[in-house]
Amino acid sequence: MGLEYVRISPGFEKYMPRDYVDLVKYGPFGRKVDVMDMGQFKELVEEHPMCAGCYMAYFIRVFYTALPNPEDTIVIGTAGCARLALSQAAVPFIYGNYGDTNAVASGLKRALSIRFPDKHKDVVVIAGDGGLIDIGFGMTMHSWFRREKFTTIMVDNEVYGNTGGQESGMSPKGVQLKMAPLGKKFDKINAVELAKTAGCVYVARISPTNPKRIAKTIRRAILAARHFGPTFIHAYTSCNIEYSIPTREVLADARKREKQDFKFYEWMTDEVKEFLEEVERKEKQEVKK
Amino acid sequence: MPEQRVVEPDYLLLEAPREKKFITGSQAFAEAVKRANVDVAIAYPITPQSETMHLVGDLYAQGYVKDYYRAEEEYGAMSAIAGAVRGGARAFTATSGPGLLRGLEAIVSWPGHRIPAVLGVMTRVVNAPLSIQPDNVEISYLLNSGLVVLHAENQQDVFDFTLAGFVISEKVDVYLPVVVATEGFFVTHAKGYVELPPEDMKLPPRDPYKAPVPPTDCEIPPARIQRDAPVQKSNFMSYLIHAVWQQEVWSANRRAAKWIKHYLGGLIEVVNPDAEVFVVASGCAAAQGREAQRYATMEGLNVGLIKVKSLRPFPVDEIREALKNAKAVIVPEHNIVGWLAKEVKAAIPNSGIVVDGPRVYGGMTLPVELIMEEIYKAFGIKKEKKVVV
Ligand SMILES: Cc1ncc(C[n+]2csc(CCOP(=O)(O)OP(=O)(O)O)c2C)c(N)n1
Ligand code: SF4
Repeated sequence: MGLEYVRISPGFEKYMPRDYVDLVKYGPFGRKVDVMDMGQFKELVEEHPMCAGCYMAYFIRVFYTALPNPEDTIVIGTAGCARLALSQAAVPFIYGNYGDTNAVASGLKRALSIRFPDKHKDVVVIAGDGGLIDIGFGMTMHSWFRREKFTTIMVDNEVYGNTGGQESGMSPKGVQLKMAPLGKKFDKINAVELAKTAGCVYVARISPTNPKRIAKTIRRAILAARHFGPTFIHAYTSCNIEYSIPTREVLADARKREKQDFKFYEWMTDEVKEFLEEVERKEKQEVKK
Repeated sequence: MPEQRVVEPDYLLLEAPREKKFITGSQAFAEAVKRANVDVAIAYPITPQSETMHLVGDLYAQGYVKDYYRAEEEYGAMSAIAGAVRGGARAFTATSGPGLLRGLEAIVSWPGHRIPAVLGVMTRVVNAPLSIQPDNVEISYLLNSGLVVLHAENQQDVFDFTLAGFVISEKVDVYLPVVVATEGFFVTHAKGYVELPPEDMKLPPRDPYKAPVPPTDCEIPPARIQRDAPVQKSNFMSYLIHAVWQQEVWSANRRAAKWIKHYLGGLIEVVNPDAEVFVVASGCAAAQGREAQRYATMEGLNVGLIKVKSLRPFPVDEIREALKNAKAVIVPEHNIVGWLAKEVKAAIPNSGIVVDGPRVYGGMTLPVELIMEEIYKAFGIKKEKKVVV
C-alpha cells in the first residue's frame, strides 16, 4: 500500500526534516482534504521555480489538493513549464521526453494493472498544449483510441512557455508570437471535441477561476478513468510572461477568458454519469454522518 | 500452452537439456521471449522486424506474454516500453532501421532512466534511397548511448543473447537496456539450427525492487532522480549531477561484461589464437569471416577469427590481447561507415595494421571472396581473381 512510504519509522520522528513530518502528519495522504483547506496542511507542492504569479503553478497546486488518492497516484509530465512544479511535489513524477506523456502513461498503467490487479493506482498526465496537441499529438490521440485508463490534463497557456514564447496549435488565431511573426494562421485546435471523438469517457473544459470546481472536475476525471477509460481536462492556465498579464490581473484574465472561450463545459458518457452520481451521493452521506 | 515452471536463470541458460530445432531468426527471438516470462510486449511493424513481433503477439494470445499491443508508431512504442518498465514490468520490443531512428530519442533515454528492457534490432537500410535490405549502419547510432549492445551472428546467438539479455539487463549492478542486434533477412528470415531448452520452463519474474532505481509504483518512496530533476538546480549542480549520472551509466555498462562472460561465454570468440592475420567481425560478417578463416586454413595460411559478440561494453582489453602478435587485421562490415573498424583501431596501439574493410552496404551480401582478397594482400600473395570453392 502506498501509505507505507509516508510513514516515519518509529524513533526517527525527531530527526526527520520538519516539513516532511508536517506533510506526513497533516498532509492529504490517506485522508480527504478539501481545496478550501489549502494552506492549512502541508501542501504537496511547496516551492517551485515557475514564474511569480504563474497561473499554471496555481492550477497545479489545486490539482494536488484535489487528488482522490495521492498516496497511489503517479503523475507524468513532459518538457514544458508544468513539469517544473510537478517534479517538486511529494507525489511520484515521471518525466520522459518531450511529447511522450501519453505513451509512457499507457505502458505504466498497463504494468501497474498487471502487478496490482486489485488496487487502484491512478496515473495522471499533466502537460502543456504543445506537448499534448503538437509534438505528442499522435500519442495523445492513440492513447484515447486505445481506451487507456488514465487522465490527461492539458494546461493550456496558448503558447510554448518553456522555450520562450513560440505559437502552438492552441494559440488563438491571429496572435503574434515568436515563430508566428505575422500572426498565427489558423484557429485553436478543438481539443475537447477531438477527445470526445477519440473515445474519452469524461471531458471538461475549464478556466480555473473556482477552486472547488477545479477540484471536483479533477476528481471526477480521475475516478472515471479508473473504471471506464480515458478522460481529458482542457484547462486554461495563462502565461503571464508571454502574454504580458500583470500578476495581479491573472485571475481577472481567467474570468474574462472564461466568458469568451472557456465557459465551463463538461461531458461524460451515461455510465460515467451514473457512476459519479452514485459516488458523490455516498460521499454526501458520509459527510452528514 | 504448456504449464511453465520457474527455474533459475543459470539453470535455464547454462544447464537445462537442449533440443535441436531448425528455425528462423524471428522464431529464435520468439522462442527466447517464450521462456523469458515477459509481462509486456509493444510492437510497431517494419520489415524485416514485423514477423518477430507477430510471433510475440501469438505468444500473448497463447498466454506466455501478459500484455501486448500495436503502438501508434515507434516513438510511442519505445516511450510506452519506458513507462511499462518504470512501472515494474519486464518488457520486450523490436524494430528495424528507420523505426529505430524514429524511436531513437526515447531509446537513448532508457539508459539514463535505468530501464532494463530488451530491444531486438533487425538491421535495415536507413539512408535514402529506400530499401528494406539488411545494412547495419544503424548500430552505430546505438553505440554511444549507454545501452548494452550484443550483435548476433546466427539464429542460435539470437536465442541465447535475447534470453540472457533479460537476465543481464536486470542485474542490479547493470540495470540497463540490452539490445540484441542481428542482420535482418540474413538471420531473421533464414533458418538455422538452434539448441533450445525446454519450453515448459521460464525465468523467474522480474523483481523490480531488486534495483538501483526502484520502480515508480507508489509502493516505495520515489527515486530522487525523478523528484529532484537536475535541470532545476543551479547550473553547477545540474552539470555535476548529469556528469556523475552519465559516468555511472557507463560504469554499469562496463559491469555488464562479467555477466556477458558468465552467460554467453565471453565478449569475443577467438578461432586460431596463434594466427598472424586476423579477421575481426561481428554479426553476419562474423559468419562470413568464419568461412574465410576456414578457406585460408585449407590454403595453408595462418589466419584467425575474432568474433565480437558484445559491442557495448566493447571488449577493448580482450581484443588488444588477442591481437598483440597480429601483423594484419581485416574488418569486414555490412555498412559504409565502418563503425567496427573504428572501434578496433581505437582499441589497439598499432592501429596501422587494421585494414578498413571489406565493406558492403545497401544490404548487399558480403562475399567470402572479398575477405579472401584482403587476406591474400595481407600475406603479399598475388592471386588471379577467381571464385573459391
Ligand atoms: C524533441 C524536443 N523538441 C523540442 C524540445 C524543446 N521544448 C522544450 S519545452 C517546449 C515547449 C513547451 O510548450 P508547451 O508544451 O506548450 O508547455 P509550456 O511550457 O507552455 O507549459 C519545447 C519546444 C524538446 N525538449 N524536445
Ligand atoms: S513562462 Fe508562462 S507558463 Fe511558464 S512558468 Fe512562466 S508564466 Fe508560467
